[in-house]
Amino acid sequence: MSLNSTDLFAVAPEITLLTMACVVLLVDLFITDEARVITWLLTLGSLILTAIVVVVGMGGEGSAGSQLLFGGSLVRDSMGDILKISTLLIGVMVFLYSGSYQKERDLYRGEYFVLGLFGILGMMILISSYSFLTLYLGLELMSLAMYAMVALQRDSLRASEAAMKYFVLGALASGMLLYGISMLYGATESLNLTEVAAVVQQQGGEKDLNLVLLFGLVFVVSGIAFKLGAVPFHMWVPDVYHGAPTSVTLYIGSIPKIAAFALVMRLLVDGLGEMVVDWQQMLTILALLSMAIGNIIAIAQTNLKRMLAYSGISHIGFLLLGVLSGTEAGYEASMFYVITYAFTSAGAFGMILLMSSKGFEAEEINDYRGLAKRSPWFALMMMILMFSMAGVPPTVGFYAKLAVLQQVVTADMVWLAVAAVAFSVIGAFYYLRVIKVIYFDKVDSDAEISSPLASPKFELEPVGLTLSLNALVVLALGLFPGQLMVLCQSAIG
Amino acid sequence: MNSTSILSLLIWFPIVGGLLTLMIGDKRGVFGRVAALFFAIVTLIISLSLLSDFDRSTHLMQFVELLPWIEPFSINYHLGVDGISMPFIVLTSFITLIVVIAGWEVIQDRNSQYMAAFLIMTGLMNGVFAALDAILFYIFWEAMLIPMFIIIGVWGGPNRVYATIKFFLYTFLGSVFMLISLLWLYSESGTFSILAYHDLQIGMTAQLLIFFAFLLAFAVKVPMWPVHTWLPDAHVEAPTGGSVVLAAIMLKMGAYGFLRFSLPIVPDASSELDTFMITLSLIAVVYIGFVALVQQDMKKLIAYSSISHMGFVTLGFFIPFLIYKDSGSMAGAAIGVEGGLAQMISHGFISGAMFLSVGVLYDRLHSRQIKDYGGVAKTMPMFAAFMLFFSMANAGLPGTSGFVGEFMVILGAFRADFWIAFLAATTLIVGAAYTLWMYKRVVYGKVTNDGVAALKDMSRREFLMMSILALAILGMGLYPAPVVDIMHASVDHLLEQMITSKCGSCL
Repeated sequence: MSLNSTDLFAVAPEITLLTMACVVLLVDLFITDEARVITWLLTLGSLILTAIVVVVGMGGEGSAGSQLLFGGSLVRDSMGDILKISTLLIGVMVFLYSGSYQKERDLYRGEYFVLGLFGILGMMILISSYSFLTLYLGLELMSLAMYAMVALQRDSLRASEAAMKYFVLGALASGMLLYGISMLYGATESLNLTEVAAVVQQQGGEKDLNLVLLFGLVFVVSGIAFKLGAVPFHMWVPDVYHGAPTSVTLYIGSIPKIAAFALVMRLLVDGLGEMVVDWQQMLTILALLSMAIGNIIAIAQTNLKRMLAYSGISHIGFLLLGVLSGTEAGYEASMFYVITYAFTSAGAFGMILLMSSKGFEAEEINDYRGLAKRSPWFALMMMILMFSMAGVPPTVGFYAKLAVLQQVVTADMVWLAVAAVAFSVIGAFYYLRVIKVIYFDKVDSDAEISSPLASPKFELEPVGLTLSLNALVVLALGLFPGQLMVLCQSAIG
Repeated sequence: MNSTSILSLLIWFPIVGGLLTLMIGDKRGVFGRVAALFFAIVTLIISLSLLSDFDRSTHLMQFVELLPWIEPFSINYHLGVDGISMPFIVLTSFITLIVVIAGWEVIQDRNSQYMAAFLIMTGLMNGVFAALDAILFYIFWEAMLIPMFIIIGVWGGPNRVYATIKFFLYTFLGSVFMLISLLWLYSESGTFSILAYHDLQIGMTAQLLIFFAFLLAFAVKVPMWPVHTWLPDAHVEAPTGGSVVLAAIMLKMGAYGFLRFSLPIVPDASSELDTFMITLSLIAVVYIGFVALVQQDMKKLIAYSSISHMGFVTLGFFIPFLIYKDSGSMAGAAIGVEGGLAQMISHGFISGAMFLSVGVLYDRLHSRQIKDYGGVAKTMPMFAAFMLFFSMANAGLPGTSGFVGEFMVILGAFRADFWIAFLAATTLIVGAAYTLWMYKRVVYGKVTNDGVAALKDMSRREFLMMSILALAILGMGLYPAPVVDIMHASVDHLLEQMITSKCGSCL
């Protein structure tokens, strides 16, 4: 394996981000707390710059089709590029949202930004990985950064507990994944996904080999399910979402889902595509359970962060529906789903950040009572986001569900589609309840009006502006989802 | 005006108008509602031009617009109307104007948001009737729930939150199964065009499954017994305008769905299950009629009466199958479907008028209980006259539009089976009983309390909306021919589709 310039050009985005992350780390050492806004701007700048590098790379020579790099351990293809751009842009939104929240909680430190950037770097590596080794490398870089981010508020008991849980369970998941990978390695004698796929295709029929492969597959799928937060490997999700500072919840509740989708695509589709019949069954169970448990338990939540955690679990179930249909169109649908979900979910957590103020966490659903009176504009934005999550047209969430369901029906699994829509009706209830609290509940006393909630931050501050943009894009994509879908089709087809 | 884009105009003009009204807000006094009134009137005028340009001699879709919209999903922006859907667009635009007038002074809280919600809903409802692409239809069908959800939840009565969530979830549950059917039809045909589905060959098992999925969606909306329980709750809690739109337009969408989807797409299953559907309809007509009799709440009574009247509509739609099986031809069967359609339009006027009458009383005394009234005729003679007329129409008095539809359906039922007609005809008695008994207790008798004694008769605004509706009811009752003429070609075509088997030898 030798280094050549083509390979280096293809990983230019990762190199850019790594360099910039180091720059941010260094610059932050030399500035005072008052000037930390420089770190913030630099972070946003690095993400945007990296996104630009990705876009430029897409237009370059040999960019059509996929390109194996570094002896086949990395890949550059249009699916990867589009997933990276989505990750980076939603990452920009995450940092735009979290600025003032961090500041008010004494969390406005260089570590947050640097860890965030390294986490995103991990996601990018994961997205373009094409061998077990790089895949695991990316996954761990992403996960370790996130464990540390959850623990950032180190004096908070809740946050430390969440971080501990996240770390222990996350390590367990990585262990499972590694164990499964070792099985696959033993059976195929290769770490490289291209070769793994070839071996499975040639010798998949042999009985002994098949058993080992299947054994490995079970562990790999469990590991993936842990990272995705699919039932029954979901226990960490609500606690971590709840315990982490909301700005960090926003981070882990949105972009890692895109990376996890890439993990599924690389491992199961690119690597073990021949075993589709086997993992299809496993994913079906995971999807059904996730939709059922996620939607039903979410109803019982009074805390918005926990509710969104369970809603996230149910969305993962929907996401798996597209993958398990086992067709290109199904993967496209899932890709569309994950991008729009990450985007919408960022908006929902952004709303919590917007409503919170110094010393006040607006995480109880009841904190939103009478928002329609206090701030009609943001009430409307929240309504759009909630309807999108529930999958009601004309929001983008509807098309995400439509695309996935269409593939499930085409794959002759009508019963699964019926189950999915039944659970989404159950799910609609708790989204409606949020809207009910915002629009229909009256504020009882003057005390509540004078609470910190009374005056959400002015529309023109970054948080408010980002949120408005976020929700309006959700609506606009609901009216014209065609372009994004074409993009997803070009990525996979 | 470019007549080729008139349907788009009917959808988007009120929506944009609603958004503008929303932006004007309440801080500029009466300006918001004046704007809303303007948008409602213009929408009505546009819809009347639709009426005048409509070609009655063909069953083909008219004013068709076809643009690719979301190509990766092969969803088209495909609009068009025939004799079945066109009258409802006019009705929707008409009712919106009435609702805007009705909410003029009554709604004090966030008036412009109220008006905006209704205008936006009008556009979406017009979209439901005009859509010829299955997904476009579904989008309008679902999106329409959002403004209604808000209207009941914000401006409704004390138990509004329960009612509005029940309303939303019930309808949502019904429609998602329709979505699955539409997706299945897409996977079979490769298109979302509703008209293409009309010609698609489908096996019997699939037809039955699709029929039940559609039934769930449309039966909830109509609503048919036994999935009607959301309606009394929603009606009781909704503000007057919400009740009017719910009864006059939204209920019609379920019935419209049967005509546009169930009957032509899965005719064999529909024919197979005709007795089942007729039984459900008769239960609605007879049993719900008796339920209405014992109601203490005026709005609830009218809500149950709506369910009973809508039973006539579904009865009329499925009667032709029986006639065909008896006689081997569809001759004379058209009267059932046309009667159902006439009943839908007439019920749009009458139920709207009845809810407005209750609204007039409710605005004064803030009670819907029958026992809180009595002797209203003494203090509000003009109102009493109007309400008598509407009650008579609700009971199906000849000369009012209520008579036309019911009579046609009963006539059709006689051609099919005497006992069906007999049971259906009992509604003439029960309907008269519950409506007139309520009227008697509310309007006649002695003035029993101070509230009634202090009532003032209708204002000019109320008089205006009442007389417009009274004219419509009377006009359609005395001379229904133009309405039936519009439908005729389309209904004949529909009957043909209903007897064209789609699965070879499956029957």
